Amino acid sequence: MAPSAEATTRKRRRLRRTVHFGEPLPPGAHTFRASWLCGPSVLWMTLFLLLPLSFVVAMSIAQRGDAGEIEWRFTWENYARLLGHGALGFDPVQPVILLRSLLVGLVTAVFCLLLGLPVAFYIAALPRRWKGAALTLVVIPFWTNLLIRTYGWQLLLAPGGVMAKLFTAAGLLRAGEALYPGWPAVILAMVCDYLPFMVLPLYASVEKLDWSLTEAAADLGASPLQNFRHAILPQIRPGMIAGCILVFLPATGQFVIPDLLGGAKVALLGNAVQQQFGASRDWPLGSAIAVTALLVMFLGVWLHTRVTRGHKEVGLP
Amino acid sequence: MNRRFPLTGFASLLVLLFLYAPIAIVIVYSFNAARYGIEWRGFTVDWYVRLFDNYQATAAAVNTLQLACTSTFFATLLGTALAYGMSRYNFPGKGLFQHVLHVPVFIPDIVMAVALLLFFALVRKFLAGFELGMTTMTLAHITLQIPFIAIVVRARMEDCDPQLEEAAADLGAGPWLTFRHVTLPLMMPGIVAGGLLAFTLSLDDFVVSFFTSGPGSTTLPILIYSSVKRGLTPDIHALATLIVLVSALTVVTVAWLRGRTAVKT
Repeated sequence: MAPSAEATTRKRRRLRRTVHFGEPLPPGAHTFRASWLCGPSVLWMTLFLLLPLSFVVAMSIAQRGDAGEIEWRFTWENYARLLGHGALGFDPVQPVILLRSLLVGLVTAVFCLLLGLPVAFYIAALPRRWKGAALTLVVIPFWTNLLIRTYGWQLLLAPGGVMAKLFTAAGLLRAGEALYPGWPAVILAMVCDYLPFMVLPLYASVEKLDWSLTEAAADLGASPLQNFRHAILPQIRPGMIAGCILVFLPATGQFVIPDLLGGAKVALLGNAVQQQFGASRDWPLGSAIAVTALLVMFLGVWLHTRVTRGHKEVGLP
Repeated sequence: MNRRFPLTGFASLLVLLFLYAPIAIVIVYSFNAARYGIEWRGFTVDWYVRLFDNYQATAAAVNTLQLACTSTFFATLLGTALAYGMSRYNFPGKGLFQHVLHVPVFIPDIVMAVALLLFFALVRKFLAGFELGMTTMTLAHITLQIPFIAIVVRARMEDCDPQLEEAAADLGAGPWLTFRHVTLPLMMPGIVAGGLLAFTLSLDDFVVSFFTSGPGSTTLPILIYSSVKRGLTPDIHALATLIVLVSALTVVTVAWLRGRTAVKT
């Protein structure tokens, strides 16, 4: 009898919803408990995260008065300036900063990928009890203060520092010169900072590799390089893309590293925001830059969820 | 088939060297007797001793610890309740809120910092209060920490077997007894790990603190930043070494906790 069977399922489903972890709960109690458990945090995040962010968005379409005060009149001018629209024709300052940030993020991601691959393969091949320790070893530097590590690079790259001496000995640098401020120093510190973000997702996908495919490829006469290209690479591609995004995103918005190692020539989005909110006192333009950084982030996170869908979630370091 | 690629061990060693080089150099220089410059002039522990007489450093250390403890306490309470509620009960907009929780994880620090700066400035202008200082910093840090704690605790709860609680209920334990003697002990490693991570997050945070701090609320990272900008005195090396040690110890504890209490499947 079809209707009664259906009724039974419906009844059972209702039962499953009400008996909750061994506790019978009417639907109202369900919502009530959720509201006092989650309510405070939801309110908190709305008040101190969503509201401030929407203020930034609102500010990015407001105008700046002559004395740096804010006039709440609608304008697209801030975004036009980001695209290079200046009072006297094309003004490349802001677009260059945007492109430079994307480029630095990209270069950092590529270097992290190159350095992260051997580490991921090595850790995955370790005996089980060493894996956790090895991953922790990779993650520890990330959780130590970024300022201290960046300052450490200053010490290494300064005139007379260890790296500078090595470069001088190799004839690549004149004695008494420093390796910073500049591009190489920024990239070096960025790669050092974000490498753990690459190693963790890479390791997760190497760990799940189906090695029988490589055996089959070898049996069929593939050279080691062909084997890597056709049997291994397609399997770890989700991890590679996830790692690249996880490195690219924070690198583009980095503030401390370019500030301490880059000088004015390697200012990125983060430095531009600080400049506008600080010395230049142009909060609307600063907000527009911040919104751009947010958009880059949303795009990256969206790509990340698309790529890692159906794979085990890549945990936080 | 040999799953070990040639030279990956050597490459990994180089990468580790690269990761630890900047930290190691700061630690080495904290024992350098030279007052100025980076020439090596012999071993000394003077800078550590002098650190305790450095008024700025001790004040900043007190501020940092106070900030980290207060914000971690409140964030752990809020984040744990949130994680528990979200894994057990449904509410409208839960899916959306899950995405909101990931925003502070991915957002560039500086955007978060100026958003809060702007928010505090507007509230101050149109209402009252929110003078930049310890209070605004604490509010900002709690906002940063809640998602991290919620994510870690929730991951722990997903690993636990709900049948344990049902069994407790079957054996006659009421909701409170079940929570107190089954659920909470199961959640505890997650809460401790999340709390420790949040504590480190607050301890290390520079950008958000920098923008939401006021006069008299200098923290250690802000002190280090201004010292690096001005040119360092060597006792800052000693200070940095101590901070690195505390962070490293915390991370190792978290890893150990997670490994030791992992749910066997």
